Amino acid sequence: MSVAVLAATPPAPPPPKAAESAVYTVAVVGQPNTGKSTLFNALTGLRQRVGNYPGVTVERKTGRARLDENCWVELIDLPGTYSLAARSPDEMIAVDVLLGQQAGVPRPDAILAIVDASTPERNFYLLSQLCELGLPLVVALNMTDLAERKGLFIDARKLSAVLGTPVVAICAHKGTGLEELRDSLLQVLRHKRPPTGARPEFPVSMQTEASGLHDELLLHAGKLGRQVSRVEAFRVLVDKGGWAELRLQGAIGNGFHQGLEARRRRASRIPLPAEEVRARYGWAKRVLEGVLTRPAQPRHNPSERIDRVLTHRYLGSIILAAFMLLLFQSIFCWARPAMELISRAFAALAAGVEQHLADGALKSLLCHGVLGGVGGVLVFLPQICILFFFIAVLEDCGYMARAAFLMDRLLACVGLSGKSFIPMLSSFACGVPAVMATRTIESPRDRLATILITPLMSCSARLPVYTMMIAAFIPATTYAGGWLSLRGLTLFAMYSLGPLLAAPLAWLLKKTVLRGEAPPFLFELPSYKIPDWKGVALRVYDRGKAFVVRAGTIILAVSIVVWALSYFPHPAEIAAQAAAARAELERDGTLSDEKRAGLLESLNQAEKGDYLRQSYFGRMGRVVEPVFKPLGWDWRISMAALASFPAREVVVATLDTIFDSGQPLTLPSPQGGEGRVGGAGGHYASLRHVTWTGSDRLLFTVPVALSIMVFFALCMQCAATLAVIRRETNSMRWPLFSFASMTALAYVAALATYQAATWLGC
Amino acid sequence: MHNLAQLKPGQCATVKVVTGEGSALYQRLLEMGLYEGAEVRVVRFAPLGDPMEIVLHGYNLSLRKAEAAKVKVEVRG
Repeated sequence: MSVAVLAATPPAPPPPKAAESAVYTVAVVGQPNTGKSTLFNALTGLRQRVGNYPGVTVERKTGRARLDENCWVELIDLPGTYSLAARSPDEMIAVDVLLGQQAGVPRPDAILAIVDASTPERNFYLLSQLCELGLPLVVALNMTDLAERKGLFIDARKLSAVLGTPVVAICAHKGTGLEELRDSLLQVLRHKRPPTGARPEFPVSMQTEASGLHDELLLHAGKLGRQVSRVEAFRVLVDKGGWAELRLQGAIGNGFHQGLEARRRRASRIPLPAEEVRARYGWAKRVLEGVLTRPAQPRHNPSERIDRVLTHRYLGSIILAAFMLLLFQSIFCWARPAMELISRAFAALAAGVEQHLADGALKSLLCHGVLGGVGGVLVFLPQICILFFFIAVLEDCGYMARAAFLMDRLLACVGLSGKSFIPMLSSFACGVPAVMATRTIESPRDRLATILITPLMSCSARLPVYTMMIAAFIPATTYAGGWLSLRGLTLFAMYSLGPLLAAPLAWLLKKTVLRGEAPPFLFELPSYKIPDWKGVALRVYDRGKAFVVRAGTIILAVSIVVWALSYFPHPAEIAAQAAAARAELERDGTLSDEKRAGLLESLNQAEKGDYLRQSYFGRMGRVVEPVFKPLGWDWRISMAALASFPAREVVVATLDTIFDSGQPLTLPSPQGGEGRVGGAGGHYASLRHVTWTGSDRLLFTVPVALSIMVFFALCMQCAATLAVIRRETNSMRWPLFSFASMTALAYVAALATYQAATWLGC
Repeated sequence: MHNLAQLKPGQCATVKVVTGEGSALYQRLLEMGLYEGAEVRVVRFAPLGDPMEIVLHGYNLSLRKAEAAKVKVEVRG
């Protein structure tokens, strides 16, 4: 800004405190697929997932946006919704926030309504409801570029005049129009004037009954503990069986329902929802007349051409399967360079610590507990990033909806819907957001069934387990000229296990405990678009960070506990015995240097083995060994499985710690890697040489590796998922049921795998 | 009168009435724009024959045949 301009500007009193704190609250509302999250990100810079699927924006999200030098606003990102007619508590949240009756959320000072300019009619349906809330409102006309491709032009200035409130044409992903949008928001916040344009016209009888009901509900203010607003009364009247009605009915009780039904009959001869829809779509049509220019000739929608291939009867299914296979191959291959970099860094760190610290508990804690634990898990970060990158891109470009379209019939077989496909697919990344994503499945039964089966999908925490076992025990055989590998196929098999077992289980649940009618399954197939790369990057970063934070807290804590259990009591007699034996070896002049070094090495191992056998861990492990022996597991694997209760990936770190303590720190591996924290191939190769305690029999065979993988594919070793299930179902019953049933399933399946693989001679 | 699920890909129709008042499905069908007089075109059926894809109000909607059966239509052209 130039000095001249500064001088010309009237000196605004700058209250430093006010500039720091948000003065206004603005609710961001829009239908799914309108680019609401992208706009929210652009205005606030707050990281958030972008997409249009169940659960993506259900959580309450807020962020601060700066409108000008002195004005900050708090933006509340409301869940995407097609209308304010809520049929579940989740859908009601948006309504309650807008009406200022959501606990903990201030009543918004204004609404920022996002409208997809490429599908104006349906978007205007919600807009008409928002215009009636009595709040100042700004319309952000988004996706104007997409609309132009369809040949649709909306005159923002004219529309603004008709609606009687500011309308700004924007392109959220390009960031255009945002400056004007901020100005308009400032303007409505200052003037505090709700839209003044024409409203939808409802029949007089309907209006009369709505007012009558409103008066009636005001009389119940004492019983309800609040004053029901005019808008809510309207929703109670119109939305037969809706949440607004149900929750009042519970509070008011006697006779309310009969009175309401009588009002509905008096209000209109046709069902009220039909009356409302007719009035609102009629309004949309009138408003758009003279504002919207349509192409003279209907233009060809490029998305339809793409869909001719991607949702084609045969080709579509093949492409979907190919996408999934590509995903699994890529997380196994493309992540390698970054993984090796991370493992080398940790190897260097551990070596530095080994050199600079004196022997003792601290050194052991740092090398084995801390670096071994966290390093061994961090190494998987690249794979997790690639996985989330794929999911984010597929969701953002619109393909996820096509996947649901292709998959619905299959899920319908087991009594679910394509809506469950997204939580189930997300659960391949992590069960926690997946369980939360089930929130928008309207039917409580379908939702519960989905919650119970999503944890069976292989989440990213299983990946470290699979990677470890596959890298160590599955030969790197390739087929089809190197395009397919036995390792990739094994990984694919592990990932297939979840869905294969989830199907009969879901069917069983829906036939027994969760019987009932199927929920509506309608969803938009949005136009394909180039992904919002910034949004994708933010999501990958978010997920990666979440994983690292978990690795840094839960996993570190468990690593340390596990280290302590395997280190203490660390009896001094063992050290004394070992020192004596070592001294004897040194004195023995008949040995060659080479032979002595070898013997010293074995002595060190024996000492470590002794410590472990004497440790608390060893004692606990031996107690539970008989339970897991039929799975081919010894006490060390059993203990590692138990110790991984908080999070599955912990088992990797635990196995690291346990077998480091009983085996040479470095062993030459066929891949040539010799690092301590050796990533995919080098370090895990040492597992191949582990034997049963007091025997030469190798502990880890292919059947054992398979049984470990199968167990971890199906078990419920995740405290975070259990906590989320507890919260989502609001009972201890379902997390306990989930844990007990999955553990039983995992045990039986691992047992069957081990026995079958042994019998087949793998 | 036909229902929406009976149409073939490429066929256009005008919505006459939606049945099943009071259900969540009824509400959703209406909100998504399947009210009396709305014009729809069937695009395709999913590979396994269900759900189906239709175009209305310039956007594409996926719905199951059992759901589309609740929408009574008059075939055009």
